[in-house]
Amino acid sequence: MKTGTIKQILLITDGCSNQGEDPSHVATLIAEQGITVNVIGVLEDDQREQPVGLQEVEEIASCGQGISQIVYPQALSQTVQTVTKQAMSETLQGVVNKELKQILGEKQTIEELPPEQRGEIMEVVDDLGETSDLEVLVLVDTSASMTSKLPTVQEALMDLSVSMNARMGRSRFAVYQFPGRKESIHSLIDWTSQIDSISTIFSKLSSSGITPTGPALKEAMYEFAKPSLRRRSHTDDSPDIEEA
Amino acid sequence: MTPQTSKKPNIDLPKGTMIKGKWHHQTYRVIERLGAGAIGTVYLCESSQKKVALKLSNHSHSLTSEVNVLRAFKQVQGHSLGPALLDVDDFVTNNNCIYTFYVMEYLSGEPLHDFIKKRGMEWIYSLLIGLLNDLQALHENGYVFGDLKLDNLLVTHKPTRLKWVDVGGTTQQGRLIKEYTEFYDRGYWHMGSRKAEPSYDLFALAMVVIRLFYPNGFLKRNDPKKTIQQKVYQNIREPLLQAFVMQLLQGKFHQAKEAKQFLLQSYLQQSKQPSQRKKQKQRSSQQNTSETEYPVFEIVSIFSVGGFLSIYVAIFLF
Repeated sequence: MKTGTIKQILLITDGCSNQGEDPSHVATLIAEQGITVNVIGVLEDDQREQPVGLQEVEEIASCGQGISQIVYPQALSQTVQTVTKQAMSETLQGVVNKELKQILGEKQTIEELPPEQRGEIMEVVDDLGETSDLEVLVLVDTSASMTSKLPTVQEALMDLSVSMNARMGRSRFAVYQFPGRKESIHSLIDWTSQIDSISTIFSKLSSSGITPTGPALKEAMYEFAKPSLRRRSHTDDSPDIEEA
Repeated sequence: MTPQTSKKPNIDLPKGTMIKGKWHHQTYRVIERLGAGAIGTVYLCESSQKKVALKLSNHSHSLTSEVNVLRAFKQVQGHSLGPALLDVDDFVTNNNCIYTFYVMEYLSGEPLHDFIKKRGMEWIYSLLIGLLNDLQALHENGYVFGDLKLDNLLVTHKPTRLKWVDVGGTTQQGRLIKEYTEFYDRGYWHMGSRKAEPSYDLFALAMVVIRLFYPNGFLKRNDPKKTIQQKVYQNIREPLLQAFVMQLLQGKFHQAKEAKQFLLQSYLQQSKQPSQRKKQKQRSSQQNTSETEYPVFEIVSIFSVGGFLSIYVAIFLF
């Protein structure tokens, strides 16, 4: 079974968008391109209740057919991984469900099978999760209130690359921050398999009050189609499988 | 904090809830909640007057993967590698949510920390040796335990054994470790990858021993490796145990059975030479500084490494 490369955008933010088009609307369009949008909302250490701004998080992810999670900074590493892995698995289950429907008829999904058969199918899903190629574009909100959390974000991303590189399949990451100085997003790390610890990846930005989440997501979507990513995929020894 | 990423709500089943399987129609009555992990909650239940452990989750996928592992264990003859799998089914709630669950044999026992406190530190050696036997068998079957930690271990009685109770992290060798806990994870300490290989479990085992001495754990700070080493030297004073932990951390053993041989041989050697030990003890107590314990530790570890090497050579010769 061919699954192609699994593509995800991972949005890490601590607040509400306030400029440009509605991020949920953009997420819907992105999902249509076969890219899932996962969102992690980061709380302040002393925040007890979920702030209103973070309600948007759930909506963006559900429109982007991805997963959302709201966490305190110290749980970020584990959460980034859980969200990425779970979203991969759900994408793959979607692919498998589609195949099942072709074989067994419209109404059949994994969850409706008896436990024994479900086990066999999950083995296939697990195999695919281990061997599929993965591309994650990480989009980090670097507006003023996020500044203190950025070292933790960097550590979580390094940790994510450690985990994903332990898989058999190829994993590649790109990191962008938003808002950029002039553009809506600013590239920090171009597509790479390893996010290392050598330098601080988040450059100091003039902190403005704007959070253009929608435009940033849209720009991120185009990055997936950029030739730099495609070219590099072809020069690597494993072929790039596009069709599902 | 456990990430809650599923669309289905997490449920907490009160005492007395009847869980009836959709496919196999077995009924289980909830007695109490035993614990909650990253995926799912484990309940002590009663079914046909027998106590069983029931794990229920809103992550059907992850739970099904776990069941696959338990099924694979079932096929391994001769060595019990984990709790026996009794049933797998779906529980349909009143509001029509479906939760997958599986039922396994209930192991009763006590946490390692409590057991050691009551019965003494010397028990750690035989308990670790038993656990290393189980790990060796697991590794020989192509798996790695993954989420080895104090919370996942129980000391069972008759016989007194250290047993694992949750196989949620168990992963086929060569793959990405499915589930881990930061403190026990060599990736977190920048001391290795998260690829499932026997040495991953051996590192976690070292952290299990360390955790006994630091029940609340500690953070990695700037130099993670140095932090661990300092903590080991600070609190694990028993020379043999200290040497064992250090070797596990340094990845000296490639297989669980090598670690077991080291532990067994050094322990036997140590108890064979009581007079020598006494002399050394007197000497160090005369000088009465903590520093003097280090040479003693060096001597013992040189002896034991030597002994271990000769066994290793012997294995290769025959």
